[in-house]
Amino acid sequence: MSGMQIVFLVAAAITLVSAVLVVTLRRTMSSALLLVLTLLGVSVLFVLLQAQFFAVVQVLIYIGAVATLILFVVMLTRSVMDTSEPQVHKNWWLAALVSLVVFVALVVTLSSWQAFPQVQRAIPADSGENLAALGKALVDPNGFALPFEVASILLVATMIGAVYIASERKGEE
Amino acid sequence: MIPLSWYLIFSAALFSIGLFGVLARKNVIGMLMGVELMLNAVNINLLAFWSYLYAGVNGLVFVAIVFVAAAAEVAVGLALIISIYRRKRTVVPDEVDGLRG
Amino acid sequence: MTIQTLVWLIPLPPLLAFGLIVLLTHRRRKLSHGLAIGSAGVSWLASMLVIIQALRMPKLAQTPIVSDIAWLPLANDPIRIGILVDPLTVVTLFFVSWTVLMIFIYSVGYHNFGQPDGEHDRPGLPPKGAHITDANGQAQHVPSVEPMYSRFFALISLFAFGMYLLVVTDNLLTLYIGWEVMGLCSYLLIGFWYAKPSARDAGMKAFLTTRIGDVFMLLGLAALYQVTGTLNFRATLANPAVLGELAAATSPVLGLSWAGLIAILLFIGTIGKSAQFPLHVWLPDAMEGPTPVSAMIHAATMVSAGVYLMVRFFPLLTAGWQPGEALTPAMQVVATIGTFTAIFAAVIALGQNDIKRVLAYSTISQLGFMLAAVGVGSFVAAAFHLVTHAFFKALLFLGSGSVIHGMEHGVMHTGEHLDPQDMRNMGGLRRTMPLTFWTFLAGGMALAGFPLVTAGFWSKDEILAGAFNGGNWVVFVTLAVAALLTAFYTMRLITLTFLGQPRTTAAGHAQESRREMTLPLAVLAFFSVTLGWVGIPQDFPLIGGILPNWLDEFLGGMLLTHGEAALHHSNIPLWTSLIVALGGLTLGWLAYRRQAAGQVDILERGLGPVYSLIQNKFYVDELYSLVFIRPAVWVSETLVAKWIDLGILDGILHGIANFGLWLGRQLLRWIDLLVITNTGNAVASGTGKFGGWLRRFHTGRIQQYMVMAMFLLILTGVLFYALVLV
Repeated sequence: MSGMQIVFLVAAAITLVSAVLVVTLRRTMSSALLLVLTLLGVSVLFVLLQAQFFAVVQVLIYIGAVATLILFVVMLTRSVMDTSEPQVHKNWWLAALVSLVVFVALVVTLSSWQAFPQVQRAIPADSGENLAALGKALVDPNGFALPFEVASILLVATMIGAVYIASERKGEE
Repeated sequence: MIPLSWYLIFSAALFSIGLFGVLARKNVIGMLMGVELMLNAVNINLLAFWSYLYAGVNGLVFVAIVFVAAAAEVAVGLALIISIYRRKRTVVPDEVDGLRG
Repeated sequence: MTIQTLVWLIPLPPLLAFGLIVLLTHRRRKLSHGLAIGSAGVSWLASMLVIIQALRMPKLAQTPIVSDIAWLPLANDPIRIGILVDPLTVVTLFFVSWTVLMIFIYSVGYHNFGQPDGEHDRPGLPPKGAHITDANGQAQHVPSVEPMYSRFFALISLFAFGMYLLVVTDNLLTLYIGWEVMGLCSYLLIGFWYAKPSARDAGMKAFLTTRIGDVFMLLGLAALYQVTGTLNFRATLANPAVLGELAAATSPVLGLSWAGLIAILLFIGTIGKSAQFPLHVWLPDAMEGPTPVSAMIHAATMVSAGVYLMVRFFPLLTAGWQPGEALTPAMQVVATIGTFTAIFAAVIALGQNDIKRVLAYSTISQLGFMLAAVGVGSFVAAAFHLVTHAFFKALLFLGSGSVIHGMEHGVMHTGEHLDPQDMRNMGGLRRTMPLTFWTFLAGGMALAGFPLVTAGFWSKDEILAGAFNGGNWVVFVTLAVAALLTAFYTMRLITLTFLGQPRTTAAGHAQESRREMTLPLAVLAFFSVTLGWVGIPQDFPLIGGILPNWLDEFLGGMLLTHGEAALHHSNIPLWTSLIVALGGLTLGWLAYRRQAAGQVDILERGLGPVYSLIQNKFYVDELYSLVFIRPAVWVSETLVAKWIDLGILDGILHGIANFGLWLGRQLLRWIDLLVITNTGNAVASGTGKFGGWLRRFHTGRIQQYMVMAMFLLILTGVLFYALVLV
């Protein structure tokens, strides 16, 4: 077992355990903090996949922005959080069953792929993403310029919409 | 050398955990966190395939767009939570049933 | 900047104006209409530059201005969008840019810009007027500004964007996008005064009715893509090989050729959009919107778009057909619907008293003329009438808006309670509103086809000649009768409105409209008169040949078969147009010049019950209500809601619960008494829980729905594996 594999297994184990805790813990605050750990684990896997850039983006956006936002909201809405009773529905076993079936189905589907063991890395061991190519593709009219612009419009719309929805208006209690 | 299957099984597991979170959590913030886990699983999958099979730029573009969508989703979702919280004093979706038939 | 870039930019300014008005300037009226008119002006300027440039190109029909880009880079075969300027685009762009600009300017006056806010006005209702004290200290009732002024300009800007997009595009997909953008805008604009139930209903009716056509159009689009693999106009319509193939291949429907099938599907889209029978019902109701909207929808843009589509797809419609031969089935369908609509709507127009409704039905009728021309193979005539009609109908609608405004002014002055749109309340307006009168007269004469001097005469003459020369007698005679009726109701309209003596005090106090409104009228009147001179037939008696028949050369060059079968000229259609136009006008004047206030309409006296049939539009609306709407309501309210949902579904649930209760009771009584009390209790409560568990599926909780959705997904996956893969 190579060093890389050990790193993978440790990171994956931490990620999965903390992910399970994220969805099961009673205190939303703890869940949110463990979410940060999960996201960090995922970014480690990104590095192992030689996607260093996206590992950084993961830390910046997910941990820096998304998880922080969630933490803020958790703190803002703390007064109605009731931790005395379970934070999952009574019929949580149904959800667990569904999730398990999905997992098993995915694994079974994967294992039915014959060519699996032969797959080798397409990325050379010492390189990462070709960021120049990615950047060009995003603004190239023959590449992804339109999806890129649509995404930016989406972000603007989101920003406006979020401000509008969350802003306090006169006349409300 | 890490086999591709490890990544895929990991992402399947993370996806299922996230799905459980979305389906089972009472609290809408918990549901949102589940969605985040699922999106992360998708990204792992995309990057794994990029890394092992298609070294081109297309997979990366997908990942970037998923990031954008996730950020947008969280911003709007949380704004909605704040708005609902302000009116109803709750973050439990089952108590928000203004549209129930 | 190349000419291609300029064409790309034509649709964009109105879209930009829409965004800016909605997001930034909706509180500032002046800025909003400035943006809208400015954007329309920029588009107009760009259009004029493109048109001038295009007219200089000697072989425009063979080598049009084209440019395209890959739009959606999917797999190996990206979907491309682009622009195309060929002769048809040039003439369409010409009338669209002019009428749009004029309507924008007119709207400023129509919505009383600069007037005070009304005390009782609120968004969603037409302005009711304001009470002010003038300089002499006298209280006055004056028109007030529209409360949603900026919103109006935002919406018509979006509308203009849709039309420009539709005109300059080079493929059916973007045309469809423009088409649907207009559909949305027409819904929003017809229902502009949304607090009025009638306007709300009219908007919904327009949207739903045109949607019926659009579904078929989408099917046609899909079929075209399926068969040819492209939606580009040049690749399909200007390609004899593709057209020949389509005409030869038999489609699975009714034994039509693929060309015929696609053409008919697209034509159903046109039926909806251009308000042809049997989907014409939405257009008269659309008069609930503000008058500039009526002009926008019923003249310059939306209804023209339907005819434009058919003219554009003329090569596909007529694939495999040579001039002089019998019509193909698809052409017969188009010709039949067009001809029937022409006469049907003309008859209805005779019995309407609302000035805008007369014009609405006349629009339907004139569009029928164009489609009949397309159906009998007169490509140039259809396009010609499309252009001239756009100008004179925009003029007539704007003129009617001016009349209504003048009447409203009179009503405010006298304080009477009467309908300012009812022609029976008007009369004698030529004295108080001279500018409106003269321009309206020009438009009306063009509509009636007054010989030689008006544009409508020349284009209608071409259509009649096309039907006659093709040997389509039924079409020719029907259209001639429709033209006679057109002249008649036009004269009725003009006589009742402008001539004679005022029939009410309000009409006597009507006032000429503002300059923002009359200036567009004058411009449009100019085109309504002069535009016909570009298409005077070469062999017309006396004046033929003085001006070259430029339009025929210009547009006809687009057709692959042009010039092969020289049509022999006959004077019969010419005399027919002369007689029906002049005869109809004379009859109309004789019949209505003495119409007095409160007097029964002369046609009503003459026709009796038939007249009430006409006045009620042949009861088509009532028929649809009986055949479609009430059954649909019955199915949803009674069948589904009351019987299936409340009866069967709830019945099953209740039945299960009742059965459980019954079972529990039985068990309690028999087994409990006979066997063991505890067992009975346990079974009964178990059954009760089962009933409660069943009920839980109806909770309205999102997560349970998600669980159910996942279950179904898994089930589908399992079935897929079991049935397909194994």
